[in-house]
Amino acid sequence: MQVSSIHFKRSVTEKLNDEKLQNALSRLQTRFVEGRAAVIGEIADFEETRTAAAAIRDRVLKNLDQWLLHFEQQAIARGALVHWAESGADVNRIVTEIATLHNVRRVAKSKSMVTEECGLNEALEHAGVEVVETDLGEYILQLAHEAPSHIVAPVVHKNKEDIADLFAEKHQLPRKTGIPELCREAREILRPAFLAADMGISGANFLIAETGSALIVTNEGNGRLVTTLPRVHVAITGIEKVVPTLEDVTTLLRLLPRSATGQSITNYVSMLTGTKDAADHDGPEHFHIILVDNGRSSLLGGDMQSMLRCIRCGACMNHCPVYQNIGGHAYGWVYPGPMGSILTPTFVGLENAPDLPNASTLCGACGVVCPVKIPLPDLLRQLREKQMSLGLKSWQEKLALKLWGWMARRPAVYAMVIKITVRILHFAGGKERMLHHLPGASGWTAGRDMPAPQGKTFRELYRQRKLS
Amino acid sequence: MSARERILARIGTAIGNHDAEIDAYLVEHPRGPAPALRDNLITHFRERALQLSSDVIEVAHPGEIPAQVAHYLAERGLPPRGACWPVVGSLPWGEANLEIAVRGANSQDMVGITGTFCAIAETGTLMMLSGPETPPSNSLLPETHIAILNTRRIVASMEDAWDLLRKEHKAPPRAVNFISGPSRTADIEQTVTLGAHGPYRVLIILVNA
Ligand code: SF4
Repeated sequence: MQVSSIHFKRSVTEKLNDEKLQNALSRLQTRFVEGRAAVIGEIADFEETRTAAAAIRDRVLKNLDQWLLHFEQQAIARGALVHWAESGADVNRIVTEIATLHNVRRVAKSKSMVTEECGLNEALEHAGVEVVETDLGEYILQLAHEAPSHIVAPVVHKNKEDIADLFAEKHQLPRKTGIPELCREAREILRPAFLAADMGISGANFLIAETGSALIVTNEGNGRLVTTLPRVHVAITGIEKVVPTLEDVTTLLRLLPRSATGQSITNYVSMLTGTKDAADHDGPEHFHIILVDNGRSSLLGGDMQSMLRCIRCGACMNHCPVYQNIGGHAYGWVYPGPMGSILTPTFVGLENAPDLPNASTLCGACGVVCPVKIPLPDLLRQLREKQMSLGLKSWQEKLALKLWGWMARRPAVYAMVIKITVRILHFAGGKERMLHHLPGASGWTAGRDMPAPQGKTFRELYRQRKLS
Repeated sequence: MSARERILARIGTAIGNHDAEIDAYLVEHPRGPAPALRDNLITHFRERALQLSSDVIEVAHPGEIPAQVAHYLAERGLPPRGACWPVVGSLPWGEANLEIAVRGANSQDMVGITGTFCAIAETGTLMMLSGPETPPSNSLLPETHIAILNTRRIVASMEDAWDLLRKEHKAPPRAVNFISGPSRTADIEQTVTLGAHGPYRVLIILVNA
């Protein structure tokens, strides 16, 4: 996927004025945020479970190479083929080769954010392979030629009217308006695609080292269909997704759906190991697993390593006041919200996404809800520091910070400057005691007024009180 | 150097040489914290399954199953035909005027009947193992899935289910499917709609034998 994070600021204004988007985003807040709050109480000690989950992910990262090797060994022993991809281009090449090897014409795909990183669909289509996205949200996006705007609810930015129009146009069927009817129509259009597919492509939420299995969570059942019906199955996932044991994956499964959609468990959890036996009625004859690096290993051993604990639940974006107001597209790449503000600059370069580390109020909500305890606000702050030391800040910002730093080290000057400023602002506030314009902060005052200071500084007031 | 070697080398350089106690950890496979259940397993399972929009009925004897299935289908105007797993093929389906083929389901079948490896009380979840006698298609392709579950096979947690798998099978089969109610989607306006790509309804028949 093309990176357009550089246009963040321009995009934000657009999104804030998009009424339809604003309605859609408020829905996300009620369903997902309140849904999560309702189900985390089912786990007596939610904090203890979060701590255990973070420890599981850290255990893996500490010895990632060895866990991957163990996983590979187990997977191969069960008849799967394991491929390693350094980049998105590698993934596209490997999948295309697999398609050619098995004479694949049609692919049914279930949701995978990693393949969004690579632009896999375009690559396959270029090679003459037909690809159908089967997750309802992703299918809608494929019809509309749009990118996902949320990692769990990819089509959150569209309402049912948009989707009804789209289906009527693309399916050439009478326009439906009810959500169940729209879902039924998609089911009936997509069922033949599952049956006709030669190859199924899925992601994997986890890889289990103990058994060499790929584990997928879905609600719709499309993940089960693409891994059961076609004769070839390709599972594509990041190298960090490996977990040691069945018990470990269970702990993570107590948190993933609860944090993501407010469900105690997703409808389906499918653990796939090896290929079908001759006597089996269903299941793929060939099972390929692609382990994708694409920038992940560069986070290891550095101050961003904890980001690799991420289990892609989306809770950080659901709870983020910035995401809640602008949606996912403004972030300009695959991953939006706080996790995206860290992943995008680390994967595609800080210079290509200069606004993202600053697209946060540092309110701390993301760090509080993250099921694997990633200190997201700290990581954002560190990225800001890195931006500063790499000289990636504007000269105005650098100058302002330098001036402030100089003043802060000289208390007398500081006191005097503040004293004068406060008095000027008090005067400028007039009778209303409100500032409608602030030089150098016109963006801020465009949408709101600032209450004017009352004429004295805190230090002055403090001294006065102490005396009286 | 291959991509594999380059990736492993990068990881190795980044994390340094740790003494990984991988084998010891795998042997130990410790459990994480799990919620305690308030009621007995059957009550808890039934309650959770109903919350997930599964239908649940109880019978005292397997012989009663066909009549219950016939009644359930008739009540909903569903055809009295379908495909069942070989392991439940010997039930007297014909006596209840049901036409049940003993085979893996296909896309034309409206009803799929299966057994259950075990069930998890904590979440109201069914656990299915794939195999020649237990094809996953029957719980996936038809619009109605009927699962027969012996109440003795209800365990407390997913950890208990893994232990049962380890005890009764050497390794996991090709597919282990945990099923928690009818398939659903909330992709359009975050509104939950039952019946996405899998079944529209799941009937669990608890056998108290
Ligand atoms: S960073 Fe945490 S909260 Fe955000 S998606 Fe990843 S696991 Fe979920």
